[in-house]
Amino acid sequence: MMRFLIHRASIAVLVALTVSIIGFALLRLSGDLAAALAGDTAKPEQIAQVAHLYGLDRPLYIQYLDWAGKALHGDLGRSLFDNKPVSQLIAERVGVTAQLSFMSLVYALVIAIPLGVLAATKPNSWIDRASLGLAVFGQAVPNFWFGLILIIVFGVTLRWLPISGSDHFSNFILPTITLGTSVIPAIMRVTRTGMLDALDSDYIRMARAKGLSTVSVLFKHALRNAILPVVSLTAVSLGFLLGGSVIVESVFALNGIGFLAFQSILRTDFPVVQSIVVFVSFAYIVLTLLSDVVNAYLDPRIRIG
Amino acid sequence: MATAPAPYLANEPVLEVEKLSVEIDGPAGRLRAVTEVDLHVGRGETLCIVGESGCGKTMTALGIMGLLPRRARLRAQRLALEGRDLLAMGRRERATLRGDRMAMIFQDPMTSLNPVYTVGNQMEEIFLRHGKGTRKEARERAEYLLQKVGISAARGRLGQYPHQLSGGLRQRVMIAMSLMCDPILMIADEPTTALDVTIQAQILHLLADLQEEYRMALVLITHDLGIVARMADRVIVMYAGQVVETGTAEQVFSAPMHPYTRGLLDCIPIPGKTVRGAKLGSIPGMVPSLIGPLDGCAFRNRCPEAFADCAAAPVPLRALGPNRACRCLLEEAATVAPRGQQPVGASR
Amino acid sequence: MTSIERDRFERSASSAAVAYEREAPSPRAVMRRRALTHPGFLFGGTVMVATILVAIFAPLLTSYDPFAQDLTQRLIPPVWAAKGSWAHLLGTDGFGRDYLTRLIYGARISLIVGFGAAAIAGVIGTSLGLVGGYFGGRVDSVVMYLVNVKLAMPGVLIALSLIAVFGGSVTVVVAVLGLLFWDRFVVVTRSVTQQLRVNDYVTAAQAVGASSRRIILGEILPNVLNHIIVIASLEMASAILVEAALSFLGLGIRPPTPSWGLMISEGRNFMFFQPYLVAIPGAAIFVLVIAINMLGDGIRDITAPEGRN
Repeated sequence: MMRFLIHRASIAVLVALTVSIIGFALLRLSGDLAAALAGDTAKPEQIAQVAHLYGLDRPLYIQYLDWAGKALHGDLGRSLFDNKPVSQLIAERVGVTAQLSFMSLVYALVIAIPLGVLAATKPNSWIDRASLGLAVFGQAVPNFWFGLILIIVFGVTLRWLPISGSDHFSNFILPTITLGTSVIPAIMRVTRTGMLDALDSDYIRMARAKGLSTVSVLFKHALRNAILPVVSLTAVSLGFLLGGSVIVESVFALNGIGFLAFQSILRTDFPVVQSIVVFVSFAYIVLTLLSDVVNAYLDPRIRIG
Repeated sequence: MATAPAPYLANEPVLEVEKLSVEIDGPAGRLRAVTEVDLHVGRGETLCIVGESGCGKTMTALGIMGLLPRRARLRAQRLALEGRDLLAMGRRERATLRGDRMAMIFQDPMTSLNPVYTVGNQMEEIFLRHGKGTRKEARERAEYLLQKVGISAARGRLGQYPHQLSGGLRQRVMIAMSLMCDPILMIADEPTTALDVTIQAQILHLLADLQEEYRMALVLITHDLGIVARMADRVIVMYAGQVVETGTAEQVFSAPMHPYTRGLLDCIPIPGKTVRGAKLGSIPGMVPSLIGPLDGCAFRNRCPEAFADCAAAPVPLRALGPNRACRCLLEEAATVAPRGQQPVGASR
Repeated sequence: MTSIERDRFERSASSAAVAYEREAPSPRAVMRRRALTHPGFLFGGTVMVATILVAIFAPLLTSYDPFAQDLTQRLIPPVWAAKGSWAHLLGTDGFGRDYLTRLIYGARISLIVGFGAAAIAGVIGTSLGLVGGYFGGRVDSVVMYLVNVKLAMPGVLIALSLIAVFGGSVTVVVAVLGLLFWDRFVVVTRSVTQQLRVNDYVTAAQAVGASSRRIILGEILPNVLNHIIVIASLEMASAILVEAALSFLGLGIRPPTPSWGLMISEGRNFMFFQPYLVAIPGAAIFVLVIAINMLGDGIRDITAPEGRN
């Protein structure tokens, strides 16, 4: 197992490095950063001064190493918009995004896994068709539109739930449903497929031959095998949720890092954008590595080798 | 249609099956996987079911165990284990018998064991599920049985996972596992097919020993006549879902009646009997479709001795003595022709 | 019988399965039969064809100009509402533009973006997948590394940034989305290529001295094609959804071009009193995406039902 994990970890490090370089390159894409900093009315000499001041006239790789070094110490630069430290801006808002992502994931798992199991145990029953229908819906509906419809129905017409703001728990209900519904289809499908495969397998036939109860066969034997790919998918979904929160946070005016990223893009506040991109990427990399660990632990074929 | 007389068993009957049929509904029609199979096994007796792939032997076994796939339907006149009517039982009651009074082991031990649980766990759960004792007692019995099947360092093995064991070891584990609750009937479906030849002999030897010791009824399903010769007290030959010949091993091997049985035996070289340089037999043609109604003898398209009547109507299973039957229209099938001799005076 | 049932039957009957001698229908005939009886494929195909026709013949279907504003005709509800009129079947938006017209012209945008992005992503992803799957070893490691990097990056954020920098023309949007969606192509193509590579006909070609390029293009690619088509349809649907989201946020297609996502965003201001402004374009996206997904699933079922579970 250690070999497997070390291998995965080294890939993760390599990917993280590449991502940081790309993230860094994003910033440079935005055009002349010095000109942006200096302002619209600056003259060329002033721009050059600003460039020198911020070290923007040095070779690119030096700038990258400088930035990376600072980033590792938690210094992500300052926002061009309000000059606050980027790390502070992120820290203030990451809680909201984390809460939204986490709640969305739980919501998705609680719905998708039981549905997937049920659908597999009764193929072609109404439950199977209904869950496939839900999957089709979740995949096809534009999530921002779904959010708006939810707002219209629950926030305005029925007045059950608030439609903006992020101080109260109930603020998160509609966004959770909106965001979570987009990951339900994949999780449900993988669970269902995994269960169908497991239930068809020889060891399940053996379990039945041993006279084990249906509950034992389903949950102890079949699900335990079917759940393995779901673990990886959960990690990937969480990463997706972190990235996809941009849209949902904007629709519901939730003050998370997704919304911050969006606003920063509009304001061409690229240090913030770059940092958020790198941050989200790193979170994804860490999550997939964690899921590798969990997978390795759950599957004795990997754990013992 | 003559029914077989009440079978004569030297020992008390364990499994009684009368007119068992399995049908599977499919897109092309209804598939007759098994058609009216009779069989019975007594304590300490080994019955071998022989036939090629697809002849229905596994479906018969699954039907007896109550493990048929969802799409399949079972019908039988009688299905009894130790005199208890299995047909009258609900699914849950049947499940309590499985693993307890009747056990089955399958062909591929690798895929039959759950990869994420230890060997010990999978063995103990049968014991516990059938309420035979405490966890500690389960573990002790598991260890005991592993030793019994010839696995050394048994206690250590309990904590191992299936992928850590070799093929032969896994099959031994399967056998030990099936003995956890001391079943009276064991059905072994091609238990050695997936194993190396050298291991095969050991496993068969083990099964024979265990059967003798525990006086189990053993139903051994195989396509290998060599195994039949070694292990069988009685033999059932199946073809295209039907029983075509039954008898003791001695009878079937020395005086096969059904042309299919004869064909099978002709395919194997026998040292001492087969003439050197002579051609080995083979049965031309392919198994017929099992979809659609039965019309005549299923073997007629491949039978060297078929004649017009063979296509006329389904052939009944003719009883020729206690435990001896044959499903064939040939006149001399009713008389016992010694093997190797051409039948004379065939009446057509 | 659905293909699921078919599969399970085949599996359960395998021990009783028997080859019976009968003239096997040609693969093409089999596929045609499956295609004509597959409800998902038929539905998806019909909607797609209808949408394409509507998009192409837009000027013939509506006499309005999608850009023409008429502030005297603002916010007229659709014909089925109280104040609706037949002059504007789906009403008008905040600028007085006929909604049905904008919807129809918006179909063009969705289709162009969908096809374009899927094509670009398909070329990138399939090439990488073929190369990685065929050559294996270091080359494959590089390909997988690229895929991992791509997966780690938050696509939507990057797309937003790139469009903010390069502008919101249809070309830029298509290019950016094409660069976002190639990972699934790689994964599938690579895995199929790996399986095909060990086939005898590949070995035979190698033995004859065919160049790798010829083998990849001539032997492997044709067999990967139906998988690619299925993935392409799914990615096309994703591209349409993402473009709608980007346009909704204001960093996608630039106004006044009628993108459905943009229409939703413009309608948002009025959505409490004129919900149709939001509901209609969203429903259009929903229906189109479902149709494309069903078409993709249908193609997969038709060409290789054994692979499906």
